[in-house]
Amino acid sequence: MSARKSQESLTTRLLGSDGAVSVLVVLLGFLVGTILVSLVGRNPLNMYKAIMQALSGFNIDNGKMNVRYIGETLNYSVPFILCGFSMAFAARAGLFNIGGEGQYIMGMTIAQVIGLLGPTVGTLHWVLAIIGAMIIGAFWGGIVGILKAKYEVSEVVSTIMLNYVALYLSRIICLQLPGATTYKTANYPETALLQNSLFRTITNNSMLNNGFFLMIIAVVVYWFIMEKTNLGFGLRATGFNREAARCSGIPVVKSIAISMAIAGAFAGLAGGIVALGSFRYGRVLSGMDNYGFNGIAVALVGNNTAIGTMLAGFLFGLLKNSQALMQGKQIPKEITFIIQGLIVVFIALRSAIAIYFAWRNKRQLQKEVLAK
Amino acid sequence: MDYAIEMIGITKTFPGVIANDNVTLEVAPQEVHALLGENGAGKSTLMSILFGAYNADSGTIRIHGKEVNIKDPNVATEIGIGMVHQHFKLVHNYTVTENIVLGMEPKNRFGMLEIAKAERRVAALSEKYKLEVDPKALVENITVGSQQRVEILKTLYRDANIIIFDEPTAVLTPQEIDELIEIIRRLRAEGKTIVLITHKLKEIKAVADRCTVLRRGKYIGTVDVADVTEQHLAEMMVGRAVEFEIEKAPANIGDVVLSIQNLSVADGTGHLKVKNLSVDVHRGEIVGIAGVDGNGQTELLYGLSGLAPVAEGTILLDGHDITHATIRERIELGLGHIPEDRQRHGLVSDFPISENCALKNYYLSPYSSKYGLLDYEKMEEDAEQLITQFDIRAGRGAKTLAGSLSGGNQQKVIVAREIHLSPHVLLVAQPTRGLDVGAIEYIRHRILAERDKGRAILLVSFELDEIMNLCDRIATISKGSIVGIFNQHEVTEREIGMMMAGSKREGGEA
Amino acid sequence: MSTLIGMIPSILMIVSPILITAIGGMICEKSGVVNIALEGLMGLGAFAAAAAHVLLEAAGFGVPSIWISLGIGALIGCLFSVIHAVAAINLNADQTISGTGINLLSDGVTIFAAQILFSADRTREFRMGMQTDALGIYPTAYIALVVVFIAWFVLYKLPFGMHLRACGEHPHAADSVGINVKRIRYIAVLSSGLLAGLAGGCIVLTQTIQYTSNTINGRGFIALAAVSFGRWRPAGVTFAAFLFGTAQAFAIIANNFPALRVLPTEVFNILPYIVTLVALVVFSGKNYAPRANGKPYTKGAS
Repeated sequence: MSARKSQESLTTRLLGSDGAVSVLVVLLGFLVGTILVSLVGRNPLNMYKAIMQALSGFNIDNGKMNVRYIGETLNYSVPFILCGFSMAFAARAGLFNIGGEGQYIMGMTIAQVIGLLGPTVGTLHWVLAIIGAMIIGAFWGGIVGILKAKYEVSEVVSTIMLNYVALYLSRIICLQLPGATTYKTANYPETALLQNSLFRTITNNSMLNNGFFLMIIAVVVYWFIMEKTNLGFGLRATGFNREAARCSGIPVVKSIAISMAIAGAFAGLAGGIVALGSFRYGRVLSGMDNYGFNGIAVALVGNNTAIGTMLAGFLFGLLKNSQALMQGKQIPKEITFIIQGLIVVFIALRSAIAIYFAWRNKRQLQKEVLAK
Repeated sequence: MDYAIEMIGITKTFPGVIANDNVTLEVAPQEVHALLGENGAGKSTLMSILFGAYNADSGTIRIHGKEVNIKDPNVATEIGIGMVHQHFKLVHNYTVTENIVLGMEPKNRFGMLEIAKAERRVAALSEKYKLEVDPKALVENITVGSQQRVEILKTLYRDANIIIFDEPTAVLTPQEIDELIEIIRRLRAEGKTIVLITHKLKEIKAVADRCTVLRRGKYIGTVDVADVTEQHLAEMMVGRAVEFEIEKAPANIGDVVLSIQNLSVADGTGHLKVKNLSVDVHRGEIVGIAGVDGNGQTELLYGLSGLAPVAEGTILLDGHDITHATIRERIELGLGHIPEDRQRHGLVSDFPISENCALKNYYLSPYSSKYGLLDYEKMEEDAEQLITQFDIRAGRGAKTLAGSLSGGNQQKVIVAREIHLSPHVLLVAQPTRGLDVGAIEYIRHRILAERDKGRAILLVSFELDEIMNLCDRIATISKGSIVGIFNQHEVTEREIGMMMAGSKREGGEA
Repeated sequence: MSTLIGMIPSILMIVSPILITAIGGMICEKSGVVNIALEGLMGLGAFAAAAAHVLLEAAGFGVPSIWISLGIGALIGCLFSVIHAVAAINLNADQTISGTGINLLSDGVTIFAAQILFSADRTREFRMGMQTDALGIYPTAYIALVVVFIAWFVLYKLPFGMHLRACGEHPHAADSVGINVKRIRYIAVLSSGLLAGLAGGCIVLTQTIQYTSNTINGRGFIALAAVSFGRWRPAGVTFAAFLFGTAQAFAIIANNFPALRVLPTEVFNILPYIVTLVALVVFSGKNYAPRANGKPYTKGAS
């Protein structure tokens, strides 16, 4: 009797755990996406074939293997993961950072600037560019934090505004760069690139680059700060209960500004890595890359944890890499946007599940009481 | 006997707790019936069921002999049941009239609101029952007593015959309490049946005819108020003999530790709530700030603790000027604070007890190394010690999440943390609000123990008994200023009540 | 001076959709629900209106096609706002998350549908949009005026409006007098969806000839900012919408001032966003928000 009871509570606990909810939500998103694709008369199987190919490099239709897809999937994952951490870091401190996009753009822009105009010295060149990207990202995020902490300006609106400011500012700056046309600049000098020749050989010429390592380092730094340091403790307290943190002497304004700055640095890093890792020249943006926005979904699915966000970011990278393949099989690539949007909406299920469990407990208690 | 209200065999559960366990309540027509019990006994739940805010899991309700199914407040209102809530359900930026007629607004034939007509009706009602209000005033601008009258008028506007008062005197001055008792007597004379939810024994003796006692969700008994003493009622309420007055050792008073000079503090909207306030607290004494909620106590504590900026004046702690110091600086200089709102300011519900205990000093050794690395194990160790010392009931020890503790245990965690930091001055606000009698006794003993150890304690409480019982000196605050400071033995409750209302008394310090 | 007056029709054209959306957002927030999905809802409405109009125009419906399309846009906005309503009101979800989800969804659904219907990442261009009247003013301006008036009337002159505002300030007080808080909030959210969809349709039928992923470009958020800046009152929101809309209109109007023509267009593109940001900082009106704004309502949890 008691063995069954403890088994039941284990399944209940598993089902109620956040990881399970994330998996459920992702599956639901895919399910609805599949239904949608069939409803418009396309073959959902093609969608999954494309995803499989992007994941493993194996083309089911013709049985050929191309490792490059794996490399590209990993490469695409990097900015998703970093933007996910940007959002997650802010969320742990109680803030909703929708400004990842703008922070990403600024990071990319500065990286491009330093890439084209900086000192053409071996490793120093790209290191400077990356650091610059992180600093400007931190600045772009920090403004939001200060506006929120000191002036109570909602970070939801201020980040969106700054996203657009970043986009147009980026255009203004990049149009001044050497060799700029309406959509690109001159090529970077070799020293600015994040290319890694080992990666290129083993992944059959994919764009996978040093940015991958930078991402790993960033993840470790995230985890370390959050879980092991004073700073992380103060940030987490602020995120959970800002007033109690304040009353306990934790410098809340500073904490909020710092967490937004760090969040911005993550997104800026993503921008820098994309700029110097995946392209040989600077870009004059005409629209947003959307890594920043998707970072929101990544963090939500990953529940703001280190491992979860990495996995979620990888999933999104996978989806992105499969887009071109999908388009080739008559599936509009926007289905991936729809799936991502559905996932975010379904995250609302989390609270529904909590409500469900509360209702179940209540019924249980009622039965016990009335049986007396 | 024909009862006005019969609630028979009412059972109501919430996740994790049985709020009402087979409770029966019988109220005669035109009587004032008190419902007595500690915090958490189930009184509010029972009346919420009567008012339709909750639905009972099982049981029957009969009004004037007829069985009814009160599934929501609309049904209750139609039957003639009205409720004056403990936490007023008034829209702050609506007028008195708008609040009273909300949901039953007079309309013209186009369906448009007729506010003028509503105002006239309110004025007439106010006149009839002698409940003074200004129909056009904004609720956020009137006194708490007036707001309560608005709540009462809401029920009368809907022709309530049964009126439930939920802890009505918690927010009133002694004079306003007298006025309310008069109002209740008048309502009874007009034929209304009154149910009074309270834990204040004095008021039950003053105005109630009969009293039903609940304890931990169970029905204990019903008595005729005239036949019992306060002591007897208290024992029924708690289940054992209750200590009415605490034994206090004589004070051993040292020098001034906290000096508040001409302090002025504004609230969130910029209005000055503390005006030119001065009081000193010495080592080894408890100074009480007596007053009704809303006279600046909250802002005073915010200004002292650093939660709000000081507009004018000076605060000296051990000779240091902390007027504009950061909160952390004040804590480091020895200022302890047991806040009024423990959920909002005292604890992080999502943190375990160990981390809550370290909230104020996590960045110092031994919890934090030179490079900023945290030693969570040490936090747990220390927290376990505090749990034992302070008898905190926590299912998973130091790892228990603060949010899952009962109110009393949460307060104990906060008290434990503050005392553990060995502050020079302890600011204490409403330390026993919402706690059961056992926890209340414990906390009061602890506060006295700290005073005996030589700490300086500033106690703010809205419960006059608490102030009279614990404090060595009592300062009365009214409209943001101190109206008089007297030694405990030199002043009576009545006199404090008058000072709360603003009039000064001769003698003492002012 | 005459150039300034000559700019009024352009300004009105740009302000109207922002104002309509902002009023919708105001109604929603006054009932206690934050709706940051306005951007996505405008997009969905714009897409629906553009797609409907192209198809109806091709089918030979003539002028009525414009008005039918506008209605369809409003309806689609309303339909998708049901998602937010269910999430925020029934499931007590985080309203910011569910709003963001709808924005992401909108990006996907609109272009996806465009791909299916038109095999491109945008709708097919329609031939004729809305026509201006004798003064050069689009009907959308009058629509906006009517919307503002109706909103003001309902909120401040009818019992329903009084109930709605109470739900946003103190839902427990409203509940205690028998007001159905959930039902009112549903109506408010759906209204904001309807208005946002309508506004999206207005944009696409007056300012451009097709729907692309850049059509809305942040205007939904500018409308949201206008609600806050306008302190949640019809008059204030109208003023704010005019302020922000004028900043946006500058990119077009700048052509009339030779001195400004030298500056790159991007400078004018940035203007509305900077103005909004500065306005929010300088006039942060957090204290004026409805007290229960954004907080999920659970019965009896007072």
